[in-house]
Amino acid sequence: MDNTRRSFLKIAGLSVLGLGAKPVGEALAQGAQPKVEPFPNAKVGKRWAMVVDHKKCLKAKDGCKDCLIACHTVHNVPSFDNPKDAVKWIWLEPFEHAFPGQENKYIEEYIKVSLKGLKMVVLCNHCDNPACVRVCPVQATFRRDDGIVAMDYHRCIGCRFCMAACPYGARSLNWRDPRPFIKTELNREYPTRMRGVVEKCNFCAERLAKGQNPACVDACKEKALIFGDLEDANSEIRQVLRTNPTIQRKAHLGTRPEVYYIL
Amino acid sequence: MYNSGKIIIGIIIFLGLITYPFWRNVGKAATPPKLEVGTQEKQCVEPTAFMKSSHMQLLDQWRDEVVRNKKRVYVSSTGKTYTMSLQNTCTKCHAKKSEFCDRCHNYVDVSPRCWDCHIAPVEQQQQAARGDK
Repeated sequence: MDNTRRSFLKIAGLSVLGLGAKPVGEALAQGAQPKVEPFPNAKVGKRWAMVVDHKKCLKAKDGCKDCLIACHTVHNVPSFDNPKDAVKWIWLEPFEHAFPGQENKYIEEYIKVSLKGLKMVVLCNHCDNPACVRVCPVQATFRRDDGIVAMDYHRCIGCRFCMAACPYGARSLNWRDPRPFIKTELNREYPTRMRGVVEKCNFCAERLAKGQNPACVDACKEKALIFGDLEDANSEIRQVLRTNPTIQRKAHLGTRPEVYYIL
Repeated sequence: MYNSGKIIIGIIIFLGLITYPFWRNVGKAATPPKLEVGTQEKQCVEPTAFMKSSHMQLLDQWRDEVVRNKKRVYVSSTGKTYTMSLQNTCTKCHAKKSEFCDRCHNYVDVSPRCWDCHIAPVEQQQQAARGDK
């Protein structure tokens, strides 16, 4: 009896081994497996950030909107006439709206006199502690390891939690199909969005991947927008931050915004 | 049962009518649609059989790698490299959406929502008018 059980176990063990060997053999036999890799000339950074230098903005012609137009053209951003429907990636905001709580009589005078009533260029702050990412129930929005708060439009269910969470108004819902409302020339290399999807600035992740600067930065003739890697102590942006006092939007909320302003 | 004769005949006629499409087509294979690839290129990013059966999984993988992992180049099993982009790579060869994507998707009755956001390739007016459902 013992002998029979022994041999049974031996055969059973060998059979299991034999079964297990088949997939291993198949895996080893397969030749080249497809791989994925980044573009060789992609811009690589540890903490992308931006400085908006409004003193340089002053030098531009009156009502300059080069950065806004460049961004909205590159990304097929629709423009709705009703401000309630507005879709915004980068836009202009009066000082008291962009920096509430930081206004006082004299800074208002400064904006009016020295900055000639300039409106502030505002965009997604790509926060280090992004409230929108925390609240997204489907992880459609996420923080990349280089600091960009990105969106996967495929996953967005349009619940607008992120819009409620974002203290900067940097997220917009497409209440209706945005395609008929794209007033700029359609960029056939970049998708549009669909109805019921939230969209926002992506720090031109698709351009960084190709080794280019963000579209707004390239479009600014006065070089008022400075983009770079905060972790690189020799970068231009660190140089600018070293030599200029800067403020951030609503930094007291703890979102750690990464767009800095020179007034 | 009252009027059983009429009822039974009625049921038989009804069943006959409702199953008509089945016995009408019995033994005949449905003809799959003829697809216009629209390119001289011999080989897609992967072998045709794989693309036929698994292009949706491949596109999903491409999407995740591009959107989430910052990887934008696909090195296929043939060793060639491709930019992972439905809009900028696939449609450069498959330039006739209505005669390629749509025909097969209509035949198998699936409606993927790729083109809600991704911009379909420009087709000549005539083709667009003919191919649209």
